[in-house]
Amino acid sequence: MYAALFRTLPGPLWLRIVLVVILAAAIVLALFAWGYPWMDTIIDPQDVTVADPAAHE
Amino acid sequence: MRGNPAHELRMRRHRIFTIAGELLLTAGVLVLLYLGWKLWWQDTIAAQQQTAAASAQSEEWIDEFDHSGRTGVDFDKYDPPVGVAPATDQGFAVLYVPRYGADYRRNIAEGFSDQVLDSFDLGIGHYPGTQMPGEVGNFAIAGHRSAYGGAMHWIDQLQPGDPIIVQTADGWYTYRYRSSEIIEPSEIEVVLPVPRQPGVAPVKRTITLTTCDPLYSSEHRWVAYGEFESFSAPNDPPADVEHLVNQ
Repeated sequence: MYAALFRTLPGPLWLRIVLVVILAAAIVLALFAWGYPWMDTIIDPQDVTVADPAAHE
Repeated sequence: MRGNPAHELRMRRHRIFTIAGELLLTAGVLVLLYLGWKLWWQDTIAAQQQTAAASAQSEEWIDEFDHSGRTGVDFDKYDPPVGVAPATDQGFAVLYVPRYGADYRRNIAEGFSDQVLDSFDLGIGHYPGTQMPGEVGNFAIAGHRSAYGGAMHWIDQLQPGDPIIVQTADGWYTYRYRSSEIIEPSEIEVVLPVPRQPGVAPVKRTITLTTCDPLYSSEHRWVAYGEFESFSAPNDPPADVEHLVNQ
């Protein structure tokens, strides 16, 4: 899969490596900026208070 | 080799396994990145912004007092003024715990919504219905142990006698840390006016801090107790935090 993607990139080897690095950085940046903050609103495993379990909805 | 059905089948199977393997590796990397984001990136940014927000709030109250023309407050050092609990999600105090770090400070707001705990300017919630700073009874608060600025990250480092200082618009309330325990999440008696003593009328002013335990888990709760020591006017911060206020 990744090998096929790499082959579709244009240019000589060095350019393709640069492109891969830029793509990977862009994906990580997008995850940090939007992906993970959104994911975090769905997964929130931390509970810090004491509470009556019966009072929990 | 071409047209050999056994060879083609092997090739196709090889391709499927390669793609499956790559997808699994990608999923692993995404999960590791998420942990890195949650426990380091976002945690660090939240801690910095929460500290800055608490610092700004702290200065604002001192400035307000300085410009009010008052020079002191008409309250006894041992019988401090008591504020009124604000609306939900509203900040009303700043917590200083020198043991948590030399420049540690965090805003305290009413309640435990995501706007309070998972916030970049607040970080600590006050148990609604429990007492206010300086009030006879129990001022009970809670914060994250890790991620979102980890307001209570260092709670296990507290040592008896450590100052736990709460600042409001009225002034500075100094509590002293006494003891800790690890409890079940359902043990709500720890935030009673007299912790663990239902129906008993309080005579002391105490503070209770709760957070999750162990680190990175919500299995149990860590509870730290403190007792009120003294109160001072907004322009007279306790020695333990003076260097943060007058910088």
